[in-house]
Amino acid sequence: MYRYDEFDHRFVTERVAEFRSQIDRRLAGALTEEEFKPLRLMNGLYLQLHAYMLRVAIPYGTLSGLQMRMLAEIAQRWDRGYGHFTTRQNIQFNWPKLKDVPDMLDALASVEMHAIQTSGNCIRNTTSDPLAGVAVDEIEDPRVTAEVIRQWSSLHPEFTFLGRKFKIAVTGAEEDRAAIAVHDIGLQIVKNVAGETGYRVLAGGGQGRTPMIAKELRAFLPKADLLPYLTAALRVYNLHGRRDNKFKARIKILVHELGIEEYARQVEAEFAAMDKAAVAAPTDEVARIAAYFAPPKLPDQPAEPEAYTRMLRTDPGFAAWVGQNTHAHRVSGYRAATVSLKPVGGVPGDATAEQMRVMADLAETHSADEMRITHEQNVVLPHIALGDLYTVYRGLRAVGLDAPNRGLVTDIIACPGLDYCALATARSIPVAQAISNRFASTERQAEIGPLSIKISGCINACGHHHVAHIGILGLDKAGVESYQITLGGEPAMGPAIGERTGPGFSYDDVPGAVETIVETYLGLRESPRETFLQAFRRVGMEPFKEALYAAA
Amino acid sequence: MLLLDHTGEIANRWTEVAEEAALPDGPVILPLSRIAEAEGRPETGVHLPNTADPRPLPPHFPHLALISVAFPSFADGRGFSIARCLREIGYTGRLRASGPVIADQFGYLLECGFDEVWLPESVAKRQPAADWLDRLGAVSLSYQRGREGRASILDRRRAASGR
Repeated sequence: MYRYDEFDHRFVTERVAEFRSQIDRRLAGALTEEEFKPLRLMNGLYLQLHAYMLRVAIPYGTLSGLQMRMLAEIAQRWDRGYGHFTTRQNIQFNWPKLKDVPDMLDALASVEMHAIQTSGNCIRNTTSDPLAGVAVDEIEDPRVTAEVIRQWSSLHPEFTFLGRKFKIAVTGAEEDRAAIAVHDIGLQIVKNVAGETGYRVLAGGGQGRTPMIAKELRAFLPKADLLPYLTAALRVYNLHGRRDNKFKARIKILVHELGIEEYARQVEAEFAAMDKAAVAAPTDEVARIAAYFAPPKLPDQPAEPEAYTRMLRTDPGFAAWVGQNTHAHRVSGYRAATVSLKPVGGVPGDATAEQMRVMADLAETHSADEMRITHEQNVVLPHIALGDLYTVYRGLRAVGLDAPNRGLVTDIIACPGLDYCALATARSIPVAQAISNRFASTERQAEIGPLSIKISGCINACGHHHVAHIGILGLDKAGVESYQITLGGEPAMGPAIGERTGPGFSYDDVPGAVETIVETYLGLRESPRETFLQAFRRVGMEPFKEALYAAA
Repeated sequence: MLLLDHTGEIANRWTEVAEEAALPDGPVILPLSRIAEAEGRPETGVHLPNTADPRPLPPHFPHLALISVAFPSFADGRGFSIARCLREIGYTGRLRASGPVIADQFGYLLECGFDEVWLPESVAKRQPAADWLDRLGAVSLSYQRGREGRASILDRRRAASGR
């Protein structure tokens, strides 16, 4: 993991002091509310329906036991004993008091964390693959690139007052687990024909009210050109992105209106004219960062420890959890495990202070002191010896973190919705809970197979509903919640935006409608091996539409 | 109105000239449409709206002692990129940010290549020059390699490790 040096420490400490002064100057009237708002947003502080909300950055979703423990302490000391992990691999605290926020930031700084640029019209937390450094199909650990970008984008003098927020995602593997096609810029680490490592660069993806799949900006960018090229891409966006309408201000609209060819031409012209050496990260600096992400020294372990296979045989709950929630590891005798924050009927992404401490303990003892937050709002313990898996499972089970549902119908993504959010037009969390309860049976979930349900409580799409197999969007229709359902969205494996089924459903009818969709799929699939997405792509919308609306 | 640079408040010698107005004596800032009048006239500047493309300007640089870039709002950050662009294409004269920017942006403005800030009274009365100087030191380090001769964190790391 990356560790701060004296400069990183000083930077974050000074930034906290600056924010403290910004609060004081707001209270003294030197800053107007209009001026203060973007400054507090740039430091992760939102004003929500009932309280302030502090969003803390977890760079590329990686954190240590010590850091998780501090999140637990913050939850207990300054919040209501829990935190909410987000689709951008961050964590949100929903009930802080404004006066406490600088102290919370000091506490975070003491464990090398911050809330810089988790909101606002600037470059946000760079997200990445939760299986970075673990996955068998990886060319290079994407977190090195993500950390280079984190540093370069922190308080960037040119790009801190953009037209709108700007999100970058990086993947280093063949299978895209970072959803790079729905980001403002997506970077995929690739090798060219000469065998050199570089980036395939995508631009103009995004969700929100105008969902778009990103287009290819550059097929191959040499690694050394990363920061100059990003600077060129951002500069063209900063100068020419629309500022007349907040809802048309993301780069996806610029790329759409110019066309990717014209946008690329302008970026290349800017890039060609730039003094690249003045912008690029020096290779020795990149090497310094890369050293922090060297694979942990994992002791040799047997490939099939006897105790492990015995527990698999004799504890069906454990076997189900291993089958559904663990992942192949590049080192023999190890697996990575997803800790599901989606217990049946629970609030997706929430964890209590106690649960955070248990995960921290397990990570320290059994996972090389590392955890990852996933964009599905779960946690990954990346390096578990097979012989330790049962202990880990038991530890998780003791605090209700053992749901064997990763990627299944109850592994629901949901935004905070009308329970917290000032922008929401409908509730999300209770809808997720009702659906989860309806599909509570482990056997039934297994029978249904891989299926993503994602719920957003407004058109801004924080719940990623556009790229869900079953997407649910809560709207307000004349004072009544109404939910649109989309089918066939997918963030990565042939990225696609979901298609609307038809008229919306009332709050009470959503779980039934989802069940109808699932039953329709079970009835028409060619075999249990044909997933929901495959079946939908084969048969299209019609059978689902008929099942949903024929009776009406 | 308040004019300041990295040393604090300074006197404004420049007069902004409207589209149709006659040219007074002394230093003037012309609208972009009249940029040709700068040729052969001493102490002449030009005002750029933040929608203007700076790329065609280099032929005028020898005649321009000042370029003023408009910030219609502190939240509209196009001026930062325009400044960076002007410096990259070789403008070495005085560069002014003009509009209701705020003290918290002073460091960014200087890093992007501005020399001075021309503030309306609405901001100046709440954020006097002392506030601006105070803000400058708030975050003393930067990860980016800037223009003002300030060593970036990357360069300091190299120096510290003797690389």
